Amino acid sequence: MFTETEIGKQKRWIENGMRVFFLVMTSLMIIPLLLIIGYLLYKALPVLSFEFLFTNPKDNMRAGGLWAPFLGTIYLVVVSLLVSAPIGVFAAVYLNEYARENWFTRITNLAVVNLAGVPSIVHALFGVGAFVLFAGLGESILAASLTLAIMTLPVIIASTTEALKAVPMSFREACWNLGATRWQTIRRIVIPNSISGILTGVILQVSRAAGETAPIMFTGAVFYKAIAEGNLFAYNITEQCMALSLHLFTISTQVPDVTEGIPYGTAIVLVGSVLLVNAAAIVLRVYLRTRKKW
Amino acid sequence: MNYSIETENLSLWYGDFQALIDVNSKIPDGQITSLIGPSGCGKTTLLRCFNRVNERYGNVTTKGKIEVLGKNIYDADVSLPELRKAVGMVFQRPNPLPISVYENVLFGLRIHSPIRSMTRTESDQIVEEALTSVFLWEDLKDNLKMRATSLQLEQQQKLCIARLLPLKPKIILMDEPCSALDAKGTGAVEELMEILAGTYTFLIVTHNMAQARRVSKECIFMFLGELIEHRETQALFETPEHSKTADYVQMRYG
Repeated sequence: MFTETEIGKQKRWIENGMRVFFLVMTSLMIIPLLLIIGYLLYKALPVLSFEFLFTNPKDNMRAGGLWAPFLGTIYLVVVSLLVSAPIGVFAAVYLNEYARENWFTRITNLAVVNLAGVPSIVHALFGVGAFVLFAGLGESILAASLTLAIMTLPVIIASTTEALKAVPMSFREACWNLGATRWQTIRRIVIPNSISGILTGVILQVSRAAGETAPIMFTGAVFYKAIAEGNLFAYNITEQCMALSLHLFTISTQVPDVTEGIPYGTAIVLVGSVLLVNAAAIVLRVYLRTRKKW
Repeated sequence: MNYSIETENLSLWYGDFQALIDVNSKIPDGQITSLIGPSGCGKTTLLRCFNRVNERYGNVTTKGKIEVLGKNIYDADVSLPELRKAVGMVFQRPNPLPISVYENVLFGLRIHSPIRSMTRTESDQIVEEALTSVFLWEDLKDNLKMRATSLQLEQQQKLCIARLLPLKPKIILMDEPCSALDAKGTGAVEELMEILAGTYTFLIVTHNMAQARRVSKECIFMFLGELIEHRETQALFETPEHSKTADYVQMRYG
């Protein structure tokens, strides 16, 4: 009784085969990531120090640290998210909670999806035309941040929409039938139950904004600029700044005889800060989720 | 006899699809009226007309007249929040909000009053009264801080009824309120309705014909968007006038 049939045996083989196949695919994804980070760390170790982070590049960027590009990247990311996060989140709330399905919302949603797929160099050109030239901002942190904001906006709208849709419709119905306005429903029920997803989506855009080179290259980032070391307010947003991504590009390809560890150190600082921010997003998400159960 | 709800030639379209066809109905005050008919015949749609919540579901067109408590609810001076205060709704799946039991009961009042206008003593009393009316107070008085979504289904459904009471509604619409509950839960909710009828007018959609017979005084049979027959429950079940009603109540289809 209960002995395995031919079909059963075949099914077991396929089952085991598929399990191994998926495991291999997962490993293929993880192994390069570990290798990259490991290799970067190994190469960067000689230059990594507290000082490396807090001194400006020296000797035509052949030595010294990362202070100016590091602070520049923080400026760009923070200013761009200050613009794109509120606009993106509120636009998504409108599209999801207020707007009826009609030609306007359909076109908007189509635009959002398509904008998310536009290559960053195209955003860069738009930024040059719209912010640097037309709006007269010149090449500045502001112009570069706005360009990054345009780039991150559609993704923030999409991720916020996702988070809002995850709130069950029955909660909204309960509120409406008690006479709640849409805003009361949003403020008391929808936002508290989707905030973790919304914030995660926004924070993930930090890594994109920090990593992109093209959109800031012509709109506000410079190859070299020395700023006061240790002063968090060393940049003025109407002026240009250095940025980690562009700096990495410059010292790896444009400047001869750079101390060997510096490009790797720059890459590690870039990847490290992005991972740190993403880790913070995960912690925040876990914390907010403990308060949400249905 | 007085009527809580009256409709005249009420028709409703979802886009091009006509879900209600010339419905004329009169729902008497202070008793339980049930609404039966096969799935998709417009029962829930009709229910949702009475607090105008249909309008939140997109492309809906309504024609005809609906009077609730003698007032045409499509008059320009009708405030939807006020209408929905007077006409409460209970759903098929219990849908307590993902906040505490205490806050669920107070939710309705909070959204209709200025911020911080209730003292702690007042709100405590309101919660106790509402939960007592639905026989939940003894079970939950020590767990008022508990998340309402983690209660048992029967308790959740009673809480959804309790949540309406602080708003002092006149009419309670119920959309298959027992279909997610077991026999004991169903019994408890039916008993509760019978006790509360008189104070409130109940209109209940049900697929359970035994339930319609048990709880309601009058019964409406709907079929494909039309109101076919509306009579005393016993008469409707025992001597249906219309052949479609007869087919349905004798379970020949649906």
